[in-house]
This record gives sequence, C-alpha cells and structure tokens, in this order.
Amino acid sequence: MKKSVFLGALTVAGLTAGAAAAATLDDVKARGTLNCGVTTGLVGFAAPDNNGNWDGFDVGVCRAVAAAVLGDPQAVEFVPTTGKTRFTALASGEIDMLARNTTWTFSRDVDLKFEFVGVNYYDGQGFMVPKELGVSSAKDLDGATVCIQTGTTTELNLADYFRKNSMNYEPVPIETNAEAQQQYLAGACDVYTTDASGLAATRAAFEDPSAHVLLPEIVSKEPLGPLVRHGDNEWGDVVRWTLNALIAAEELGVTSANIADMASTAGDSPEINRLLGTEGNLGEMLGLEADWAVKAISAGGNYGELFEKNIGETTPIGLARGLNAQWTDGGLLYSPPFR
Amino acid sequence: MTIMTDPQQESFRPSMLLNDTRYRSYTFQFIALIVLIAIIAYLGYNLVLNLRAAGLNISYEFLGEPAGYDINQTLVDYTSRSSHLTAAIVGILNTLLVAFLACLTATIFGVIAGVLRLSNNWLVRKLMAGYVEAFRNVPVLIWIIIIFTIMTAVLPAPSAFRGDDPDSSMILGSVAFTNRGVYVPMPVWGPGSMVVVVTFILSVIGVFAYRRYAKKLLYATGKLLPMGWPSLAILFVPSILVFFIMGQPISLDFPELGGFNFRGGLQIGAPLIALWFALSIYTGAFIAENVRAGILAVSKGQTEAAASLGLRPRRIMNLVVLPQALRVIIPPLISQYLNITKNSSLAIAVGYADITATLGGITLNQTGRAIECVLLLMLFYLLISLGISAVMNLYNNAVRLKER
Amino acid sequence: MSDTHAESVAYVRETMLPETPPPAAETGITRWMKQNLFATVPNAVLTVAAIVVIYFLLAATLPWILNGIWNAASIRECREILDGTTGGCFAVLSDRWNQLLFGFKYPSTEYWRPALAFLLLFVAAAPVMFFKYLPRKMLLFTAVYPFLAFWLIWGGSIVPPLVLLLGFVAAYVAFKTLEKRGFGVAVLGGLGVLIVAIILAGSIGKIEVLRLEQVQSRDMGGFMLNMILGTVCISLSIPIGIALALGRQSDMPIIKWICVVFIEFIRGVPLITLLFVANVVLAYFLPPGTTFDLIIRVIIMITAFASAYIAEVIRGGLAALPRGQYEAGDSLGLDYAQAMRLIILPQALKISIPGIVNVAVGLFKDTTLVSVISMFDLVGMIRGPILASTDWNGVYWELFGFAALLFFVVCYGVSQYSQWLERELNTDHR
Repeated sequence: MKKSVFLGALTVAGLTAGAAAAATLDDVKARGTLNCGVTTGLVGFAAPDNNGNWDGFDVGVCRAVAAAVLGDPQAVEFVPTTGKTRFTALASGEIDMLARNTTWTFSRDVDLKFEFVGVNYYDGQGFMVPKELGVSSAKDLDGATVCIQTGTTTELNLADYFRKNSMNYEPVPIETNAEAQQQYLAGACDVYTTDASGLAATRAAFEDPSAHVLLPEIVSKEPLGPLVRHGDNEWGDVVRWTLNALIAAEELGVTSANIADMASTAGDSPEINRLLGTEGNLGEMLGLEADWAVKAISAGGNYGELFEKNIGETTPIGLARGLNAQWTDGGLLYSPPFR
Repeated sequence: MTIMTDPQQESFRPSMLLNDTRYRSYTFQFIALIVLIAIIAYLGYNLVLNLRAAGLNISYEFLGEPAGYDINQTLVDYTSRSSHLTAAIVGILNTLLVAFLACLTATIFGVIAGVLRLSNNWLVRKLMAGYVEAFRNVPVLIWIIIIFTIMTAVLPAPSAFRGDDPDSSMILGSVAFTNRGVYVPMPVWGPGSMVVVVTFILSVIGVFAYRRYAKKLLYATGKLLPMGWPSLAILFVPSILVFFIMGQPISLDFPELGGFNFRGGLQIGAPLIALWFALSIYTGAFIAENVRAGILAVSKGQTEAAASLGLRPRRIMNLVVLPQALRVIIPPLISQYLNITKNSSLAIAVGYADITATLGGITLNQTGRAIECVLLLMLFYLLISLGISAVMNLYNNAVRLKER
Repeated sequence: MSDTHAESVAYVRETMLPETPPPAAETGITRWMKQNLFATVPNAVLTVAAIVVIYFLLAATLPWILNGIWNAASIRECREILDGTTGGCFAVLSDRWNQLLFGFKYPSTEYWRPALAFLLLFVAAAPVMFFKYLPRKMLLFTAVYPFLAFWLIWGGSIVPPLVLLLGFVAAYVAFKTLEKRGFGVAVLGGLGVLIVAIILAGSIGKIEVLRLEQVQSRDMGGFMLNMILGTVCISLSIPIGIALALGRQSDMPIIKWICVVFIEFIRGVPLITLLFVANVVLAYFLPPGTTFDLIIRVIIMITAFASAYIAEVIRGGLAALPRGQYEAGDSLGLDYAQAMRLIILPQALKISIPGIVNVAVGLFKDTTLVSVISMFDLVGMIRGPILASTDWNGVYWELFGFAALLFFVVCYGVSQYSQWLERELNTDHR
C-alpha cells in the first residue's frame, strides 16, 4: 500500500520533470548558459586554444545560438564528447544541442530519435596518401592498410566502398585524430581516411604538407549539421533558424561589420529588415527577442565569415568553399526565406 | 514436582524487533531488502520513463543486423556483411587471445624478474628493481600508448623493404618485423597433414609414458634410464618419418612483399603485439613481486634442512623451495591473470579489435544502443572473471595445507 | 708451554708477523665487485648483459634528454632549432605546463588555490601517515581539511562547507551523547543532525562570506583531476569498504548476499566498462531531467569500484584475526557494534593498511582511464587538446614521458611509504 503511494509520488515527480525537460528553450534561459556538445578537439571545427577558449566552425554555431537565445556569445558551456558519448549526452539532456561534425543519416534521425536542424558543412569521406606511393586514385588502394578515425560513419563507408570495388584492405581503427596521424606518418598505414575537411586540417599540421596528397574520390556524402532531441520543436526551430540566419545573412550581404548600421534603422530590403527584426515579429514567434538574429550574426559573423575565419583558404586548414558556397555561387547553401 | 527449565514464553511485542537480538537481524534484513527493492524499482522505473520519453526501447535485434564495418584481426570468418553478433564474437575471441598470450609471457617475465631480483649479482638486482618499480608505478594506459608509439616509430614500415637496396630486410628471408605487425611463415595444411599431426600428438603422449615408466623403474629397481635424448627421439623421429612418408603434406607459406603490404604468411598485427607486450611487461612487474615474496616466504630452515640432507642447490629449488613457494605465488598470480583480462579492455587505445572495441566501441557508435551494448559487455567480463575465480577456488582447496 | 716449543722446535716462529694488508683482490671495490658482480661465470655473463642493456637504454635516451629544447613556441620551431640533431622538444611542457597540471578551463588567476590545497594535503595527511611521531592534535586539521580543500578548489562562499563542517561536529556530539542509549540510536541521531546540516548548507549557500571565484566541476582538468579523483574516491571508499567487508562477514544471509553480489560484480568487470556506464548509461537510470556533472558520476563509479577492492582487503584483515579476539569480545559482554569498534576493527585495519595503500596506488593510476570517456585529465589533456593543436601536433614522447614521470613520483613515493609502514607495523613476532 505504502509502496504504491511511493511509486505514485515518483510518477508525478517524473512526469513533471519530463515535462520540464521538454522545454529546452526555457531551461536554457533559466540556466543562463547553453550546453553545447562538441568534439574533444579537431582543429578548425572545435578545439580549445592555449587559454582554454573554444574556437572553431562548430563552436561558432554554438556561440551564435547562445547569442540569439541569451544575448551573450560567451554564455556557452562546451561539453567535449566522443563518438560514443555524444548521442547519450544529447538524449539524456546533458547537452542542449550537439554541434560535433555529426553526419545526418536516416537511422540517427529516425531510429535514434534526433532532429537534424540543417547542414552547416557538406562533407564527404576522402583519402590521404603519401605522395611517394604514387597512388592517384582510390581504385588503386587494393591491399592497402587504412587508418580510420573511429566514431563516425567512416568505418561503414570505407567497408562499403572497398566491397563495392571488390578490393581488400586492412583497417586500423584509431580513437583520436592525433594518434591516427602519428600512425599514418610513421608508415604504419598507407592511407588515412576521414572526412575530407578533417583530412585537410590534419594535413595542414604536417611537417611537410606537400608530401601528401588527397585522392580525388569522395566516397560518401557527409552532411554535417547540428542536432537536437526529437520532440521539442520550439527548441529545434530556434537552432534551425539561427543556422539559417547565418546562411541568409551571407546571401543578403549582412556581415558583422555592417550589421550595426543595418539593424539601427529599417532599410530598403524587406527580407533584411525581417531578418534583423526591424520589421515584423519573427523573433517573437520563436520566443526570442526581436534582435535575436542581429546578436547571432554579431557573435562571429555570418556563415561566410565563420568559414573564412576558421577553415577557409587563408587559414592553415585551407578549405575551399566548394559545395559549401551559397546557391547563388553554385553551392548547396540555400536558406529558406525569412518571412 | 517438575522444575520449569524452559524460559517463560514471552508474548511478542513490537519493540522486540529492535531490542531483541533474536528478532533484530530479521528487522535489519527486512529493511535492507525493502530498500534494495525500492532502489531497483526506482532505477528501473526511471529507465522506463526515460526510454518512453525518448521514444526508445530495449531490444537486442540489432545483434542480427549486418555490422557493416571491417575488423583487421579475426580468428573466425568475418566480413563487413556479418552480423553485429559475429563482430562481438570476433571481439570476444580477440580478447581471449590477447589475454591468453599476455598471461603466458607475463608469467615468464615475472618469474625471470622475480628470481633475478633475488640474485646475488648487485647490478642485475638493481636493474630488475628498476624494471619492477618503473612499471608498477605508472598507469598501464600510459605504458600501452608509449609502447604502441615506440613500435610504430622504431620498426620500419613495409616500404622500407622495397627497392633494390632496401633499408630493412627480412630475417632469414622469412620473418619481417614491420610497424604494421610481424609477418611469419604460415604452415599450409595439405591433404594427409592430419596424419602427421596425430603422430606428433601420439609422440607427446609417448614421451610422458616413457618418463613415467622410467620413474617407476627407478623407484622399483633403482635403475636410472637416460631421460634426455630418448625423449627427444620419441618426440620428433616418428613425426619426421611420417612427414616424409606422407609426401611432405605440410608446407610453409612465406610472406612476400606485394603491393602495399606483405602478402601471404601469418600476420600478427601491430596493435595485438603492442597490447600483448605492454600487458605482459606491466603485469610481469607485479608477478615478479609475487614470485619474490613467494620465494622469501619459504623459511630459510627449509633450505638448510634440504641442504643438510645432501640435496644439490638445483634440487633444493625444485623439490623443496618451489613447491612451497608456489602455494604462496599461485593465488595472486591468478588474480594477476584476471587483471590482464580486464586491462585488455584498454585495447581501444591502440586499435585492437577486442570486445570493448567491437561491441562496446564501433557497434555502440553505429547503433546507438548504449544500454544493451554496455550490459552485454559487462556480462562477458563478469563471466570470465567468475570463471577464473572458480579455478582459483578449486586450486586453493586443492593445495590447502591439510591441517589436523 | 710455549717456551718448551721454542726449545724443542727451533724453526717455530716466536713472534707474530706484522699484519699485512689483505690482498688487493679481497679489499674495497675489487672485492665488492668480485662478490657482487663476477662471483661465478653465469653471474659475470649476467653482469655483462645488464651493462649492455643499461648502455642501450642510456644511449637511446640521454642525448635526447640532454639535447632537449626547453624554449620554443611550437614543434616547428623546435625542429628548426634542433636542425636534424637528436633532442627532445620539452618546450611543450613549459608552454602547456599549466594546462597539464590544471586543465585548460581552470581560471589562470586562481591556480594558487589548487596548489595550496595540494600543499595542505601533505599537512593533513601527515598526522595520519606518521601517527606515531606527530601529535594527535594535528588530526584536527585533517578533519577540517576536506572542507577547506573543497572551498579552495571549487570556490564560492565559505559558508556551505563551514556549515557542513559544523554539522559533522554536531553529528559527532549527538552521537556521543546518544551512545549510552545504544549504538543504533546514536547512529540514527548523528545522521539526523547531519542531514539537517546538509539541508541547511544547501539553503544558506547564498550568504557571501570570504567568497572565492566559483569553479565548476567540469572545469577541473589535468593532473589536478587525477589527484582529485584519487583522493576523493579513496577517502570515500574506505568507510564504504569497511561496511561492505563487515556485511560480507555478517550472519544475516540477505545482507551478506547483497554485499557479496555487489563486491563480486564490481570486481568482475573492468573499470572502463563502469566508466562507460557513468558516461553513457547512468543518465537513463536517473529521473528525467536530472543532469549532474560527469565528474560526479565518475566519482560515484570509481568509489564503488574502489570500495569493492578495499572491502576485500579488509575482509582479509578480518579473517586474519585469531578467532579468540571475537570470542574475547563476546565474553566481555560487548555487543556487535562495540566489539567491532573497540576490538576487531582497530586490529583488522592495522593489518589491512598496506593492502589499502596498494589499492589506493592502483586506483590512482586507474584514474587515467577517464581520458577514454572524454574527460581531460593529464592523459586526456595530452591525447586531446595538446596533441590536436597545430603547435604541438607530433610531440609524443616528451608528453607521455612527463605523464609517466609524474605518476611515477607519486606512486613510488606512496609505495615506499607503504613499505616503511609495513616494517613499522610489523607485529608478527618472529
């Protein structure tokens, strides 16, 4: 008798807690910080610098969301996650969003019950080999030893590719990028494979980057994007439209330099006005301040600025825009309209 | 006139549950049981609630689905189309393989170092003390990483074997040490090879039979038969004869440099070697201490008594000291074996596909079934540990001093 | 008699010869070498082999260490300075020194706090470690230390730890006064007071007195994290271990079996799987919406792990006591709690101390495993942020050598202490 009362009390407690957990936006506002899951360290995407400040392209997305919601790009608690822990961290509510170059796949979206809010980087899995091997195509890699950074879809794509081309290989799965790189440089494997962006970042850190080539084959589609839990659509909308705001801002020519001007008074372009909150009430619809997008864009600049600063051609990583150009420039970035 | 010897039956009062030692233990146990059930119910209830909230369920169906990834070192047939269950089995076998190999070599390292620590050679004694302290006092994870790094950096890559004037060459043209692993010739079992194998096994049995007969003869008549060369002869001559009679059914497949790697032969991967070596040298340091303590535990009187009986030093060691020392050494030795098995779970740091890396690593990553994978993982280690503990208890009961 | 000798045998010497020095081969270093290094042929072979091994070890490491670079901004600069010669790039240690010790998120202006807490640890531990030589009064500081260290490392107001400390004192007083009415009542009373103190400490934490900048648990890192995990988990696990060991020896079957199952389960699985549980599974077993820091989940798991091992060590100590001690306790009319507290445990713990220290050393080393679940302890810092940074990408030996050295110093020190203590406590009168 007593026990059923006890359990009943627990049910009530549990349900209220469950209901509270669903409203992530309120939680974040109440807490005053955004818990954002990132990698344990991948230069250009998310890595702590000498002073322990996180920096990178994925980090930029986190900061933009924090700025949009809380008004402060620094109000982010970065939670480093590994390939193994990231999904549990998100599912259990330890983090509010995950921006950890995670590939958008069917099973993650449907079976694991996550919601990918968009794509912030179109990537694909590539191969890096030492130039002296004289390999010019991934089709020549029959019998090679391949170092893989585990924890993403890499192993599966690799297995599929070699199977499809009926080639053999020796996989060497390695936990961290740094260790995989050491194996590769010591010649313990012939090929290093991970996302092409990761390969470029890795090669940039080599003693002699020119001694290594990236093979032309890209063996998989890797749309990387931030994700949130299923079932909390309000919060999903906030993250989705913050990302879209960054992309749209580049398309519309809004940069961190001119945004202060543009946001002070309503301009000629209605879409910019709606984006920046000088017209309409988009912010209110999201449950945010009117100038949410202004803060998000001011945090680190628009999509193009973030890209250039962290992984663009002027950085050691030196990635070209490629697929990640605006649709107007022949890329795939295409933000739905702000209206 | 009967005298009442029984104490008067007291009527039961609730306070007796706490104050009366007869009932108090029931009270405590009852409370403990209720608390335990409540905790388990609470956790289970939370689990159900959480899973419902996330729309997930507990299901082991993923074990039947294709794993989709490849594994470099497998003892059974495995392709990327095999199921997650097969991948887990590959992992289990790999764990057992590395644990078994490491147990063997750790014992060898440990016994050598332990005996040498008691050597009367000062330099050797200090060197071994240095080895034991250096390995005992640094985390095994750091040693695994350091040894793996040393292996990849020091050993040559297969490309060093290439060209007209290669930097490295194969030892005896058949064994190659590379930083991807060691390539050794692999026996190819042709038709009729079973006969050779059976002959060899029979020879081994024959050797034991011969030795037993010789011992019996010695005790019965005092006649000492030669031991060394007849044993060798029994061991090898029949097998070699049969080998040639059957037309050399067993041949060797030599590793050859081809393409990116060595081909043919038997490859023992670098991760396996690094993990094997790291575990054995680390645990060897602990075993050395056990061996030393075991030998020191045999009282000096035993040695002196044996010496006064006229036994020679080697016989004193074999017949008097070691049998007594083993009684002290073996129980901690078995728990060191248990530690090796558990520490082999760090294979993840060197990319060796043990059970933690397959089921608890890639499978967990790919399917996202954290609860199921971790549960199975713990179950496996638990079974292994209980198995080893059972062996240990059997041994302890067998060697217990029969006290009267 | 001697004179008769002299008369009868003319060639017998009458006076003693002056003492000659022993032959060169039997003195000083030569003799020592002959006895200790070249006593027999196999022995000499061993010596030569040992010298060869030592030579190779030194030849491989010495130039690398001596020629090391301590001052450079990145590995590229190191390579330039070395210019092809052998040498270590120890500059990474000086460049990332603070990160290696404190992690990368601890506020740099506050480094003195954990450093001070670390120094005070010795003061607090000394009266326990050298209980025979130091005054008992120093134990007071040991009792205060956990609260002080908590305040120093985590920061915030001093009020909550202070209230908690007073709560413990009050609980102790309550226990002492209630003790006459039975051990169980006293324990309940003490616990009651303690719970009140905890609630109080939680509610009045806002009062700002002697406020230090607050640091979140998740910002702990580097070697400091290893130290925190090691000391906290060991200190928590000793009382739990004692309880488990007593439970396992208990006559009450249910309690006994709960303890046996717990101990055997924990000892049967590797620590890393327990850490996986802390990291990826535990969240599912907590009420929805509760999230508490990874570090606390890890502390729970490591404590459970350590207490199972310590329970086994203490069980060994309990089993080693002669049966007569238990019977003596019973015959004096002591109840279970009194017998344990006054007779059995003091002796059993004394026997178990070396074993407990061994478990502590093992556990401290095992704290490096948290790097596998993305925590930035010393090894995690090295494998994560430092090796991933473009500046120090490729410096392995120096970093791992440093980590090994740091652990060696601590663990070797503790194990030497344990051996000293073993000699000190040697009570078997042989």
